[in-house]
Amino acid sequence: MARMKFLCDAERCIACNGCTTACKNENEVPWGVNRRRVVTVNDGVPGAEKSISVACMHCSDAPCMAVCPVDCFYHTEEGVVLHDKDLCIGCGYCFYACPFGAPQFPQAGAFGLRGKMDKCTFCAGGPEPDGSEAEFEKYGRNRLAEGKLPLCAEMCATKALLAGDGDVIANIYRERVTVRGKGSEVWGWATAYGQPKGGQKPAPQGAKS
Amino acid sequence: MSALKWVAVAAAAAAAFGLAGCGEHEQVVVYKQGKYQGKPDTLPWDNAPLAWGTAKWEKGNEKSWEDELKSRTQNQNEYVRIQHY
Repeated sequence: MARMKFLCDAERCIACNGCTTACKNENEVPWGVNRRRVVTVNDGVPGAEKSISVACMHCSDAPCMAVCPVDCFYHTEEGVVLHDKDLCIGCGYCFYACPFGAPQFPQAGAFGLRGKMDKCTFCAGGPEPDGSEAEFEKYGRNRLAEGKLPLCAEMCATKALLAGDGDVIANIYRERVTVRGKGSEVWGWATAYGQPKGGQKPAPQGAKS
Repeated sequence: MSALKWVAVAAAAAAAFGLAGCGEHEQVVVYKQGKYQGKPDTLPWDNAPLAWGTAKWEKGNEKSWEDELKSRTQNQNEYVRIQHY
């Protein structure tokens, strides 16, 4: 049985936000809602700046599921956490429970009224007939039912973001580490242009243009 | 002698009690529907592949759908991709 997971390599992510844009376009996500976003830590600190693409991690023991007062969450057979928007009351408990800030709430009216929760579906739609108009309008595209993977990962330029069966993407990452090594030394100026030769001035490190 | 015997019994009991903490329960992740109150969802492999798509699997066959997705996942592996060039 497949267990669908995301894996983001902070050494590879260049914070291009291509994943965020792909997700918004593919699922026609409304204004004010970002199912996926890129988080940068140590912004501007040479050598310490890292970016990571974050969305729902489809937890095996999901806290959103535990706190939902109307039990609108469920696990699919492939381990994806989905929810029924017809049941959701937009209370926001799941937002407080989620360590990744995955649940999002569109502004549904005046005075900050929250709409029904919206989150990453691993491009697996929701509890509506697969590929139907209702499914697309509520949850976005069901790419898994088309034999495809989430678009955010499939179009990631540096392949920092991987999506698929947890065992398979773990093997891909393991192969990378085995072949290229790990850590920041496998990227950057020295890897691209070689180590400075004797007497040569070392390449600038960490300077932002 | 009797006191020594009691000490030995107490030590054995303490050891047995302590070792009991070293036991490990089998941890198996079980995916249950839980108390989900919403509508039932359909299964992705119960759909036929798109007529114009490249994905191929046998409708209703979970294994063939998983194999198709595993093969597609390898498109994210640069060491597999570079072998095609």
